[in-house]
Amino acid sequence: MIPAKFEYHRPTSVQDAVALLAQLGEEARPLAGGHSLIPVMKTRLAAPEHLVDLAGISSLKGIRREQDHIAIGAMATQSEMIASPLLAEILPIIRETSLLIGDPQIRYVGTIGGNVANGDPGNDMPALMMCLDAEYQLAGRNGQRRVRARAFYLGAYDTARQNDEILTEVRIPIPAKGHGYAYEKLKRKVGDYAVAAAAVMLMFTNGTCRAASIGLTNVADTPLWAEAAARALVGTRIDRTAIANAANAAEAITNPASDGHGPAEYRRKMTGVTVRRAIERAKLRAEV
Amino acid sequence: MSKVHVKMTINGREVEALVEPRTLLVHFLREQLGLTGTHIGCDTSHCGACTVDLNEMSVKSCTLFVVQANGAAILTIEGMAAPDGTLHALQEGFRQMHGLQCGYCTPGMIMRAHRLLKENPNPSEDEIRSGISGNLCRCTGYQNIVKSIQYAAAKINGVPYQEAAE
Repeated sequence: MIPAKFEYHRPTSVQDAVALLAQLGEEARPLAGGHSLIPVMKTRLAAPEHLVDLAGISSLKGIRREQDHIAIGAMATQSEMIASPLLAEILPIIRETSLLIGDPQIRYVGTIGGNVANGDPGNDMPALMMCLDAEYQLAGRNGQRRVRARAFYLGAYDTARQNDEILTEVRIPIPAKGHGYAYEKLKRKVGDYAVAAAAVMLMFTNGTCRAASIGLTNVADTPLWAEAAARALVGTRIDRTAIANAANAAEAITNPASDGHGPAEYRRKMTGVTVRRAIERAKLRAEV
Repeated sequence: MSKVHVKMTINGREVEALVEPRTLLVHFLREQLGLTGTHIGCDTSHCGACTVDLNEMSVKSCTLFVVQANGAAILTIEGMAAPDGTLHALQEGFRQMHGLQCGYCTPGMIMRAHRLLKENPNPSEDEIRSGISGNLCRCTGYQNIVKSIQYAAAKINGVPYQEAAE
Protein backbone atom coordinates (compact mmCIF):
# COMPACT_ATOMS: atom_id res chain seq x y z
CA MET A 1 0.00 0.00 0.00
CA ILE A 2 1.34 3.39 -1.00
CA PRO A 3 0.20 6.62 0.65
CA ALA A 4 -0.90 9.68 -1.29
CA LYS A 5 1.80 12.20 -2.17
CA PHE A 6 2.92 14.75 0.37
CA GLU A 7 5.68 17.26 0.99
CA TYR A 8 8.11 16.40 3.77
CA HIS A 9 9.42 18.98 6.23
CA ARG A 10 11.99 18.40 8.90
CA PRO A 11 12.34 21.45 11.15
CA THR A 12 15.02 21.53 13.83
CA SER A 13 13.25 23.71 16.39
CA VAL A 14 9.77 23.87 17.92
CA GLN A 15 9.52 27.46 16.73
CA ASP A 16 10.15 26.45 13.12
CA ALA A 17 7.74 23.53 13.37
CA VAL A 18 4.96 25.74 14.72
CA ALA A 19 5.62 28.34 12.02
CA LEU A 20 5.38 25.63 9.36
CA LEU A 21 2.11 24.30 10.74
CA ALA A 22 0.66 27.81 10.88
CA GLN A 23 1.79 28.57 7.34
CA LEU A 24 0.67 25.26 5.79
CA GLY A 25 -2.71 25.21 7.49
CA GLU A 26 -5.14 22.34 7.77
CA GLU A 27 -3.42 20.11 5.22
CA ALA A 28 -0.32 19.71 7.40
CA ARG A 29 0.12 17.09 10.10
CA PRO A 30 2.92 16.72 12.64
CA LEU A 31 4.71 13.36 12.41
CA ALA A 32 6.14 11.71 15.54
CA GLY A 33 6.81 7.95 15.44
CA GLY A 34 4.21 7.58 12.72
CA HIS A 35 2.80 4.27 13.92
CA SER A 36 -0.74 5.65 14.09
CA LEU A 37 -0.48 8.08 11.17
CA ILE A 38 1.41 6.03 8.55
CA PRO A 39 -1.02 3.06 8.63
CA VAL A 40 -4.00 5.38 7.99
CA MET A 41 -2.03 7.16 5.26
CA LYS A 42 -1.36 3.80 3.62
CA THR A 43 -5.06 2.98 3.55
CA ARG A 44 -5.67 6.61 2.49
CA LEU A 45 -8.05 7.27 5.35
CA ALA A 46 -5.68 10.20 5.82
CA ALA A 47 -3.94 12.06 3.02
CA PRO A 48 -2.17 15.11 4.50
CA GLU A 49 -0.43 17.25 1.90
CA HIS A 50 2.40 18.09 4.27
CA LEU A 51 4.12 16.14 7.01
CA VAL A 52 6.12 18.08 9.58
CA ASP A 53 8.51 15.51 11.06
CA LEU A 54 9.37 16.32 14.68
CA ALA A 55 12.27 13.83 14.80
CA GLY A 56 14.88 16.52 14.11
CA ILE A 57 13.96 18.61 17.14
CA SER A 58 16.34 17.56 19.90
CA SER A 59 14.55 19.59 22.60
CA LEU A 60 11.57 17.22 22.35
CA LYS A 61 13.64 14.31 23.69
CA GLY A 62 14.43 13.24 27.21
CA ILE A 63 12.89 12.42 30.58
CA ARG A 64 13.66 14.78 33.46
CA ARG A 65 12.77 15.42 37.06
CA GLU A 66 11.80 19.04 37.72
CA GLN A 67 10.98 19.77 41.36
CA ASP A 68 7.54 18.26 41.98
CA HIS A 69 6.93 16.72 38.58
CA ILE A 70 8.40 14.54 35.87
CA ALA A 71 8.72 16.10 32.41
CA ILE A 72 8.72 13.69 29.48
CA GLY A 73 9.63 15.11 26.06
CA ALA A 74 6.96 14.40 23.45
CA MET A 75 9.38 12.43 21.27
CA ALA A 76 10.47 10.06 24.05
CA THR A 77 9.73 6.56 22.78
CA GLN A 78 7.97 3.77 24.63
CA SER A 79 11.32 1.90 24.73
CA GLU A 80 13.05 4.89 26.30
CA MET A 81 10.32 5.12 28.95
CA ILE A 82 10.57 1.38 29.64
CA ALA A 83 14.35 1.68 30.08
CA SER A 84 14.25 4.86 32.20
CA PRO A 85 15.58 4.31 35.76
CA LEU A 86 13.92 7.60 36.80
CA LEU A 87 10.45 6.42 35.73
CA ALA A 88 11.05 2.95 37.19
CA GLU A 89 11.70 4.58 40.56
CA ILE A 90 9.09 7.33 40.60
CA LEU A 91 6.32 6.31 38.18
CA PRO A 92 6.58 2.56 37.56
CA ILE A 93 3.01 2.51 36.20
CA ILE A 94 4.34 4.11 33.01
CA ARG A 95 6.66 1.19 32.34
CA GLU A 96 3.86 -1.27 33.09
CA THR A 97 1.63 0.50 30.56
CA SER A 98 4.30 0.97 27.87
CA LEU A 99 5.07 -2.75 27.91
CA LEU A 100 1.45 -3.44 26.95
CA ILE A 101 1.54 -1.14 23.92
CA GLY A 102 2.09 -2.62 20.46
CA ASP A 103 5.05 -4.96 20.19
CA PRO A 104 8.83 -4.49 20.56
CA GLN A 105 9.30 -2.98 17.10
CA ILE A 106 6.47 -0.52 17.62
CA ARG A 107 7.79 0.47 21.06
CA TYR A 108 11.19 1.44 19.60
CA VAL A 109 9.48 4.02 17.40
CA GLY A 110 6.18 4.95 19.03
CA THR A 111 6.33 8.09 21.19
CA ILE A 112 4.43 9.35 24.21
CA GLY A 113 3.56 12.57 22.37
CA GLY A 114 2.03 10.72 19.45
CA ASN A 115 0.18 8.36 21.74
CA VAL A 116 -1.45 11.11 23.81
CA ALA A 117 -1.95 13.74 21.08
CA ASN A 118 -3.46 11.53 18.41
CA GLY A 119 -6.81 11.27 20.22
CA ASP A 120 -7.37 7.60 19.35
CA PRO A 121 -9.54 6.21 22.17
CA GLY A 122 -7.70 2.89 21.77
CA ASN A 123 -4.37 4.39 22.85
CA ASP A 124 -3.30 3.44 26.37
CA MET A 125 -1.38 6.51 27.57
CA PRO A 126 -4.28 8.99 27.58
CA ALA A 127 -6.28 7.21 30.31
CA LEU A 128 -3.08 6.77 32.31
CA MET A 129 -2.32 10.48 31.98
CA MET A 130 -5.85 11.31 33.17
CA CYS A 131 -5.33 8.96 36.11
CA LEU A 132 -2.02 10.69 36.96
CA ASP A 133 -3.45 14.21 36.41
CA ALA A 134 -0.76 14.98 33.84
CA GLU A 135 -0.57 18.26 31.94
CA TYR A 136 0.31 18.61 28.26
CA GLN A 137 2.52 21.49 27.19
CA LEU A 138 1.42 22.90 23.85
CA ALA A 139 3.44 25.30 21.71
CA GLY A 140 1.64 27.35 19.08
CA ARG A 141 1.74 30.55 17.11
CA ASN A 142 0.50 32.48 20.12
CA GLY A 143 2.95 31.02 22.60
CA GLN A 144 2.80 28.22 25.13
CA ARG A 145 -0.07 26.84 27.16
CA ARG A 146 -0.77 23.84 29.35
CA VAL A 147 -3.87 21.69 29.22
CA ARG A 148 -4.72 19.03 31.76
CA ALA A 149 -5.10 15.55 30.29
CA ARG A 150 -8.48 15.44 32.01
CA ALA A 151 -9.65 18.35 29.81
CA PHE A 152 -7.82 17.45 26.59
CA TYR A 153 -9.98 14.75 25.00
CA LEU A 154 -13.14 16.04 23.32
CA GLY A 155 -14.12 13.11 21.11
CA ALA A 156 -12.58 10.38 18.97
CA TYR A 157 -9.52 11.98 17.31
CA ASP A 158 -10.74 15.35 18.59
CA THR A 159 -8.59 17.07 21.20
CA ALA A 160 -7.96 20.53 22.63
CA ARG A 161 -4.83 20.82 20.46
CA GLN A 162 -5.17 23.40 17.69
CA ASN A 163 -3.93 22.62 14.18
CA ASP A 164 -0.94 24.92 14.51
CA GLU A 165 0.06 23.59 17.93
CA ILE A 166 2.59 20.94 18.84
CA LEU A 167 2.41 18.93 22.01
CA THR A 168 5.96 19.33 23.30
CA GLU A 169 6.00 17.79 26.76
CA VAL A 170 3.99 15.69 29.20
CA ARG A 171 4.25 16.85 32.81
CA ILE A 172 3.28 14.45 35.56
CA PRO A 173 3.05 15.34 39.26
CA ILE A 174 5.32 13.08 41.32
CA PRO A 175 3.10 10.72 43.31
CA ALA A 176 3.69 10.02 47.01
CA LYS A 177 6.20 7.31 47.90
CA GLY A 178 4.51 4.03 48.77
CA HIS A 179 1.62 4.53 46.38
CA GLY A 180 0.01 1.49 44.80
CA TYR A 181 -0.37 1.35 41.05
CA ALA A 182 -1.54 -0.93 38.26
CA TYR A 183 -2.44 -0.79 34.59
CA GLU A 184 -4.65 -3.72 33.71
CA LYS A 185 -5.33 -4.29 30.02
CA LEU A 186 -7.56 -6.97 28.59
CA LYS A 187 -6.63 -7.86 25.03
CA ARG A 188 -6.67 -11.00 22.98
CA LYS A 189 -3.12 -10.90 21.67
CA VAL A 190 0.04 -8.84 21.40
CA GLY A 191 -0.46 -5.60 19.50
CA ASP A 192 -4.21 -5.39 20.04
CA TYR A 193 -6.03 -2.40 21.37
CA ALA A 194 -7.71 -3.00 24.71
CA VAL A 195 -11.12 -4.66 24.95
CA ALA A 196 -11.07 -2.61 28.14
CA ALA A 197 -8.25 -1.33 30.34
CA ALA A 198 -7.91 0.48 33.66
CA ALA A 199 -5.17 2.58 35.25
CA VAL A 200 -5.34 2.78 39.03
CA MET A 201 -3.32 4.79 41.58
CA LEU A 202 -3.95 4.36 45.33
CA MET A 203 -2.57 5.94 48.50
CA PHE A 204 -3.14 4.66 52.01
CA THR A 205 -2.74 5.99 55.54
CA ASN A 206 -3.01 3.51 58.41
CA GLY A 207 -4.79 0.95 56.25
CA THR A 208 -7.38 3.40 54.92
CA CYS A 209 -7.36 4.62 51.34
CA ARG A 210 -6.82 8.37 51.42
CA ALA A 211 -6.54 9.06 47.69
CA ALA A 212 -7.43 7.16 44.53
CA SER A 213 -7.55 7.85 40.82
CA ILE A 214 -8.83 5.67 37.98
CA GLY A 215 -8.57 6.06 34.20
CA LEU A 216 -10.30 3.89 31.58
CA THR A 217 -9.08 3.05 28.05
CA ASN A 218 -11.10 2.31 24.91
CA VAL A 219 -14.58 2.06 26.43
CA ALA A 220 -15.97 5.34 25.06
CA ASP A 221 -15.20 7.91 22.35
CA THR A 222 -12.56 9.35 24.64
CA PRO A 223 -10.43 7.98 27.46
CA LEU A 224 -12.32 8.39 30.73
CA TRP A 225 -11.40 9.65 34.18
CA ALA A 226 -13.59 7.58 36.49
CA GLU A 227 -14.05 10.07 39.30
CA ALA A 228 -17.01 8.38 41.01
CA ALA A 229 -15.29 4.99 40.89
CA ALA A 230 -12.24 6.42 42.66
CA ARG A 231 -14.45 8.16 45.23
CA ALA A 232 -15.99 4.78 46.09
CA LEU A 233 -12.56 3.72 47.37
CA VAL A 234 -11.51 6.76 49.39
CA GLY A 235 -12.12 6.39 53.11
CA THR A 236 -12.48 2.60 52.88
CA ARG A 237 -9.98 -0.17 53.57
CA ILE A 238 -10.60 -1.29 49.99
CA ASP A 239 -12.49 -4.41 50.91
CA ARG A 240 -14.60 -6.44 48.51
CA THR A 241 -17.61 -4.16 48.83
CA ALA A 242 -15.60 -1.02 48.04
CA ILE A 243 -14.00 -2.70 45.04
CA ALA A 244 -17.40 -3.85 43.73
CA ASN A 245 -18.77 -0.32 44.16
CA ALA A 246 -15.85 1.14 42.24
CA ALA A 247 -16.17 -1.44 39.45
CA ASN A 248 -19.91 -0.70 39.14
CA ALA A 249 -19.31 3.06 39.10
CA ALA A 250 -16.69 2.60 36.36
CA GLU A 251 -18.99 0.46 34.23
CA ALA A 252 -21.74 3.07 34.57
CA ILE A 253 -19.77 5.78 32.73
CA THR A 254 -18.67 3.62 29.80
CA ASN A 255 -20.19 3.79 26.35
CA PRO A 256 -18.21 1.23 24.36
CA ALA A 257 -18.70 0.34 20.72
CA SER A 258 -19.39 -3.21 19.63
CA ASP A 259 -16.49 -4.47 17.55
CA GLY A 260 -14.66 -7.61 16.50
CA HIS A 261 -13.48 -8.10 20.06
CA GLY A 262 -16.95 -8.22 21.51
CA PRO A 263 -20.32 -6.56 21.89
CA ALA A 264 -20.73 -3.36 23.89
CA GLU A 265 -22.26 -5.19 26.89
CA TYR A 266 -19.22 -7.45 27.13
CA ARG A 267 -16.78 -4.57 26.94
CA ARG A 268 -18.71 -2.68 29.62
CA LYS A 269 -18.58 -5.72 31.90
CA MET A 270 -14.87 -6.19 31.19
CA THR A 271 -14.28 -2.58 32.25
CA GLY A 272 -15.48 -3.57 35.72
CA VAL A 273 -13.26 -6.66 35.63
CA THR A 274 -10.13 -4.70 34.68
CA VAL A 275 -10.92 -2.07 37.32
CA ARG A 276 -11.27 -4.76 39.99
CA ARG A 277 -8.04 -6.48 38.98
CA ALA A 278 -6.14 -3.19 38.81
CA ILE A 279 -7.37 -2.12 42.26
CA GLU A 280 -6.41 -5.48 43.76
CA ARG A 281 -2.93 -5.36 42.26
CA ALA A 282 -2.43 -1.69 43.21
CA LYS A 283 -3.44 -2.50 46.79
CA LEU A 284 -0.90 -5.33 46.97
CA ARG A 285 1.82 -2.96 45.84
CA ALA A 286 0.89 -0.07 48.14
CA GLU A 287 2.32 0.62 51.56
CA VAL A 288 -0.89 0.32 53.55
CA MET B 1 5.79 17.28 -4.96
CA SER B 2 9.51 17.60 -4.53
CA LYS B 3 11.83 14.66 -4.13
CA VAL B 4 14.15 14.50 -1.17
CA HIS B 5 17.83 13.62 -1.19
CA VAL B 6 18.63 10.87 1.29
CA LYS B 7 21.88 9.30 2.36
CA MET B 8 22.27 6.31 4.64
CA THR B 9 24.43 3.30 5.35
CA ILE B 10 22.90 -0.03 4.42
CA ASN B 11 24.81 -3.18 5.36
CA GLY B 12 27.95 -1.08 5.70
CA ARG B 13 27.59 0.48 2.24
CA GLU B 14 26.83 4.18 1.72
CA VAL B 15 23.68 4.72 -0.30
CA GLU B 16 22.43 7.99 -1.76
CA ALA B 17 19.18 8.50 -3.62
CA LEU B 18 16.45 10.94 -4.58
CA VAL B 19 13.15 9.65 -3.24
CA GLU B 20 9.54 10.67 -3.17
CA PRO B 21 8.71 11.42 0.48
CA ARG B 22 5.92 8.84 0.41
CA THR B 23 8.34 6.00 -0.39
CA LEU B 24 8.27 3.45 2.40
CA LEU B 25 11.60 2.06 3.56
CA VAL B 26 10.62 -1.49 2.60
CA HIS B 27 9.83 -0.44 -0.99
CA PHE B 28 13.10 1.47 -1.21
CA LEU B 29 15.08 -1.57 -0.02
CA ARG B 30 13.32 -4.03 -2.27
CA GLU B 31 12.58 -2.07 -5.42
CA GLN B 32 15.27 0.60 -5.62
CA LEU B 33 18.15 -1.32 -4.07
CA GLY B 34 17.12 -4.86 -5.02
CA LEU B 35 17.47 -6.06 -1.43
CA THR B 36 14.50 -8.43 -1.59
CA GLY B 37 15.40 -10.39 1.53
CA THR B 38 13.25 -8.00 3.55
CA HIS B 39 9.70 -9.18 3.00
CA ILE B 40 6.31 -7.49 2.89
CA GLY B 41 3.86 -9.63 4.81
CA CYS B 42 0.75 -7.96 6.18
CA ASP B 43 1.72 -4.42 5.12
CA THR B 44 -0.10 -3.16 8.25
CA SER B 45 2.73 -3.25 10.87
CA HIS B 46 1.47 -6.42 12.53
CA CYS B 47 3.50 -9.34 11.14
CA GLY B 48 7.13 -8.23 11.40
CA ALA B 49 8.27 -9.84 8.10
CA CYS B 50 9.67 -6.43 7.07
CA THR B 51 11.76 -5.98 10.24
CA VAL B 52 15.18 -4.42 9.75
CA ASP B 53 17.72 -3.00 12.17
CA LEU B 54 17.88 0.80 12.10
CA ASN B 55 20.24 2.72 14.41
CA GLU B 56 20.28 -0.27 16.78
CA MET B 57 16.50 -0.60 16.91
CA SER B 58 14.28 -3.23 15.33
CA VAL B 59 11.78 -1.44 13.11
CA LYS B 60 9.01 -2.43 10.75
CA SER B 61 10.16 -1.03 7.42
CA CYS B 62 6.60 -1.03 6.03
CA THR B 63 5.68 1.66 8.56
CA LEU B 64 8.55 4.07 8.04
CA PHE B 65 9.22 6.53 5.24
CA VAL B 66 12.74 6.45 3.78
CA VAL B 67 13.01 10.16 4.52
CA GLN B 68 12.67 9.32 8.23
CA ALA B 69 15.68 7.03 7.88
CA ASN B 70 17.85 9.74 6.36
CA GLY B 71 21.33 9.48 7.90
CA ALA B 72 20.61 6.15 9.57
CA ALA B 73 22.67 2.96 9.73
CA ILE B 74 20.53 0.08 8.52
CA LEU B 75 21.17 -3.64 8.63
CA THR B 76 19.08 -6.08 6.60
CA ILE B 77 19.19 -9.87 6.27
CA GLU B 78 21.61 -9.46 3.34
CA GLY B 79 24.15 -7.98 5.75
CA MET B 80 24.10 -10.84 8.25
CA ALA B 81 26.36 -13.48 6.67
CA ALA B 82 30.11 -12.82 6.47
CA PRO B 83 31.48 -11.66 3.08
CA ASP B 84 32.87 -15.16 2.47
CA GLY B 85 29.37 -16.62 2.85
CA THR B 86 29.80 -17.98 6.38
CA LEU B 87 26.36 -17.82 7.96
CA HIS B 88 25.64 -15.65 10.98
CA ALA B 89 25.02 -17.64 14.16
CA LEU B 90 21.30 -16.89 13.88
CA GLN B 91 21.15 -18.10 10.28
CA GLU B 92 23.02 -21.25 11.29
CA GLY B 93 20.67 -21.69 14.24
CA PHE B 94 17.55 -21.46 12.06
CA ARG B 95 19.05 -24.04 9.71
CA GLN B 96 20.22 -26.46 12.41
CA MET B 97 17.09 -26.27 14.55
CA HIS B 98 14.53 -26.24 11.71
CA GLY B 99 13.47 -22.70 12.63
CA LEU B 100 11.72 -22.24 9.31
CA GLN B 101 9.30 -24.04 7.07
CA CYS B 102 8.05 -21.74 4.30
CA GLY B 103 10.69 -19.18 5.26
CA TYR B 104 8.60 -16.09 4.66
CA CYS B 105 8.90 -14.71 8.20
CA THR B 106 12.55 -15.76 8.60
CA PRO B 107 14.38 -12.56 7.58
CA GLY B 108 12.23 -10.52 9.96
CA MET B 109 12.63 -13.11 12.72
CA ILE B 110 16.40 -13.11 12.33
CA MET B 111 16.69 -9.32 12.27
CA ARG B 112 14.52 -9.03 15.38
CA ALA B 113 16.42 -11.83 17.15
CA HIS B 114 19.68 -10.10 16.24
CA ARG B 115 18.72 -6.95 18.18
CA LEU B 116 17.23 -9.01 21.00
CA LEU B 117 20.52 -10.87 21.50
CA LYS B 118 22.52 -7.63 21.32
CA GLU B 119 20.41 -6.22 24.17
CA ASN B 120 20.09 -9.45 26.10
CA PRO B 121 22.82 -11.98 25.16
CA ASN B 122 21.41 -14.75 27.30
CA PRO B 123 17.61 -14.52 27.19
CA SER B 124 15.25 -16.94 28.88
CA GLU B 125 12.61 -18.70 26.79
CA ASP B 126 10.00 -16.21 28.04
CA GLU B 127 12.23 -13.28 27.10
CA ILE B 128 12.70 -14.73 23.63
CA ARG B 129 8.98 -15.23 23.19
CA SER B 130 8.11 -11.68 24.29
CA GLY B 131 11.09 -10.37 22.31
CA ILE B 132 9.72 -11.83 19.06
CA SER B 133 6.09 -11.09 19.89
CA GLY B 134 5.95 -8.58 17.02
CA ASN B 135 6.84 -11.26 14.47
CA LEU B 136 4.26 -13.73 13.22
CA CYS B 137 5.04 -17.21 11.91
CA ARG B 138 2.15 -19.26 10.52
CA CYS B 139 4.11 -22.50 10.02
CA THR B 140 6.28 -23.50 12.93
CA GLY B 141 4.28 -22.82 16.09
CA TYR B 142 7.41 -20.88 17.21
CA GLN B 143 8.88 -23.85 19.11
CA ASN B 144 11.81 -24.30 16.75
CA ILE B 145 12.25 -20.56 16.28
CA VAL B 146 12.85 -20.25 20.03
CA LYS B 147 15.35 -23.13 19.83
CA SER B 148 17.08 -21.49 16.86
CA ILE B 149 17.57 -18.30 18.84
CA GLN B 150 18.80 -20.25 21.86
CA TYR B 151 21.24 -22.08 19.56
CA ALA B 152 22.53 -18.76 18.23
CA ALA B 153 22.82 -17.26 21.72
CA ALA B 154 24.90 -20.26 22.85
CA LYS B 155 27.12 -20.02 19.77
CA ILE B 156 27.67 -16.27 20.17
CA ASN B 157 28.42 -16.76 23.88
CA GLY B 158 30.85 -19.57 23.06
CA VAL B 159 29.05 -22.22 25.10
CA PRO B 160 27.68 -25.56 23.87
CA TYR B 161 24.00 -25.53 22.95
CA GLN B 162 21.89 -27.80 25.09
CA GLU B 163 18.30 -28.41 24.15
CA ALA B 164 15.99 -28.02 27.13
CA ALA B 165 14.21 -31.21 28.18
CA GLU B 166 10.62 -31.25 26.93
